[in-house]
Amino acid sequence: MRNYFLRRLLYLIPILIGVNVLTFLLFFVVNTPDDVARMQLGAKHVTEEAVVNWKQTHGYDKPLWFNDKAQGLAKWTDTLFVSKSLSLFQFKFGVSNRGRSISREIFERMGPSLALAIPALLLAMLVNVSLALTMVFFRGSWFDRVMVVVCIMMMSISGLFYIIAGQYWIGKVLKLVPLSGYLGGWDSFRFLMLPVLLALISSLGPNVRWYRTILLEESGKGYMRTAFAKGLSPMQVYARHLLRNGLIPIITRVVALIPLLFLGSLLLESFFGIPGLGSFIIDAIGQQDFEIVRSMVFLGTLLYLVGLMLTDLAYVWADPRIRLE
Amino acid sequence: MVVLWTDALLWLIVLGVGLAWAVSQRRAVKARWRAVFASPQAICAFIIMIIYLALGLMDSIHFKHHKDPDQPAQVVSLLDKATGYLNEQMELTYSEPLALTSFSESMQIDPRTQKPVWQKSRLHYINADIGDVATRNQHIGKAALAALVVGFVLLAGFWLGSRALAFRRNPGVSQCATRVQWVWWWSLTFMAVFITFVAILAQDFHVLGTDQVGLDVLYKVVKSVRTALIIGLVTTLMILPFALFLGCSAGYFGGWIDDVVQYVYTTISAIPSVLLIAAMVLSLQVYMAAHPEGFGSMVEQADIRLLFLCAVLGLTSWTTLCRMLRGETLKLRELEFVQSARALGSSSWRIIVRHIMPNVMHLVLIALVLDFSQLILFEAVLSYIGVGVDPTTLSWGTLINSARMELAREPVVWWPLLSAFVSMLGLVLAVNVFAESVREAFDPHGHTGSES
Repeated sequence: MRNYFLRRLLYLIPILIGVNVLTFLLFFVVNTPDDVARMQLGAKHVTEEAVVNWKQTHGYDKPLWFNDKAQGLAKWTDTLFVSKSLSLFQFKFGVSNRGRSISREIFERMGPSLALAIPALLLAMLVNVSLALTMVFFRGSWFDRVMVVVCIMMMSISGLFYIIAGQYWIGKVLKLVPLSGYLGGWDSFRFLMLPVLLALISSLGPNVRWYRTILLEESGKGYMRTAFAKGLSPMQVYARHLLRNGLIPIITRVVALIPLLFLGSLLLESFFGIPGLGSFIIDAIGQQDFEIVRSMVFLGTLLYLVGLMLTDLAYVWADPRIRLE
Repeated sequence: MVVLWTDALLWLIVLGVGLAWAVSQRRAVKARWRAVFASPQAICAFIIMIIYLALGLMDSIHFKHHKDPDQPAQVVSLLDKATGYLNEQMELTYSEPLALTSFSESMQIDPRTQKPVWQKSRLHYINADIGDVATRNQHIGKAALAALVVGFVLLAGFWLGSRALAFRRNPGVSQCATRVQWVWWWSLTFMAVFITFVAILAQDFHVLGTDQVGLDVLYKVVKSVRTALIIGLVTTLMILPFALFLGCSAGYFGGWIDDVVQYVYTTISAIPSVLLIAAMVLSLQVYMAAHPEGFGSMVEQADIRLLFLCAVLGLTSWTTLCRMLRGETLKLRELEFVQSARALGSSSWRIIVRHIMPNVMHLVLIALVLDFSQLILFEAVLSYIGVGVDPTTLSWGTLINSARMELAREPVVWWPLLSAFVSMLGLVLAVNVFAESVREAFDPHGHTGSES
């Protein structure tokens, strides 16, 4: 098992290099450092001097791929590509256009982001799976049919509408929770309640339907009939046999949702003014801050890949037949 | 005639799909489609989709139009022409749906006393003979009546037409119309009544009110349809060759080709798609700002951005389909008919094109129909974040984005948001319902899995 994870870790390296090359192409080749410097300095009539100066202070003053002036191996290593990539791999994200350290900013914003994303993910999984299980239990009844229709309706509505409507009704008209903002510690509960609820609601449609299909397929299998024939109560059969066997696809689904979590956080954080990573990205896009976006792409990819590795662990836990070799 | 890139692509796709449909001779496929169109909800969904498509296609024929001989020509679409004066900005600011006066009060000069008074101003679009609410309601009633008459004539026409056809084919036997026929007729009639009603009303009123700068909301909503269709369809066109070609060859050839394809799609799908899209669109925005000379007029610039957004969406979403096709090809490769084709000396490409691709097409179809609605929803979110369509392009995303601040106003301006909501729900729901029927008909395991 340890060997397996070592190999998986090694496999991360080429993928991260690929991601790095891609972002490098986007932010340094499509838009040359000169363009970026001019954009950041504002006006179109910037002196050549100012451009050179900006490039120097931001470490953009090396050639892209190949350095003529250097000696020996340094011809290839003393370049913008190598220096920018190495700093990413060492988690030195540099400074944003506003002059703040990106690493520090990420570190500060991690807390609020996780405080929103983790409860949202867990609550959504719990509610979605229980609803789907109930629908499978009552399959073919009017409850099941109505719920399927409701699911299709709900998945046809943009997540933006849930957020706008929720913020309007619960925050503005009923005044149950603060409209937006954030405080650390236990106070955060008041501010996070509504976003977490909205994350849950917007996840209902597609997920419940998907879990229902999976669990329905499982429920037609032979072991279910055996369990009933043994005389187990329906509750036991559904909770202990069906759910246990459905765990593998459920775990796969949850991991597949992690990138979507980014999207959800992006929207929720910006609507509710939560100072997390999502609103960080939105601000960076608004300010056209390449350095931040590049760092976040790298970090996001890393998080997702680590999430994939954790799935493997979860598979072993969920299904003892699986051996990681 | 002005042909924008996205216009050409949209028409190309629609004509291509239509042509493929017309020349397709495969019996099994036709039978599956017949199964799709046996279900009432699929028929309704299909008709709604066709209406949206017609609006989008009308909006994709552009030409130059001289409104004023003194001013430079504007690029307008057939839809702009058809909507008449609706697209002209006639009001000053907000007005409620079907209202006669503006939403809020403003300073006016009273024509009789010549003194300034604080009152709601009359809308310029409304005819002078519609003086009060009672006359307006009369107008609405007349429009409803006219629409109902149209509907009745249409329904009677369908019924008589089918009678006459049945009689000519088989004079002796009297045949009842089937249930499916009635579903077609009723849903077509219902849609015709609805469209006639709205079209008649739109001649006299702002049916969905006006927005902050006095533009008709109905016009904005209808114009957004084209953007959504382009996002959905052109992106599909971008996905398809990559996924089909790379997926099938990776699965069929194996070896280093498989390794390379797998590496590429693993890398791309490892980046959370929002971040990748944000990075790419941001990069293009800055590039276009730095090199404005290469992109022509405002309309063309917005068009290029829309096209690029489709390309980016395609680039981030081909991986799922590619992975699926690779897996399916791996299975198909070992089957007898492929083995025997190989034994008979068919070339690899011939086997892929003639034997493997037709057998994965149902997966492609299901995936594409399902992706379509996802893409439309995604566009709204991306436009909200600021990496979607050009801010000057009308789309549901830009509509929602401008409408959401209006909920914070006092009194609440609700109609732009509600209009965007309903029109978007209409298309996405129709596509989702249709996708459901397509999946049931084309998925070989559908009968065993879902309803047992």
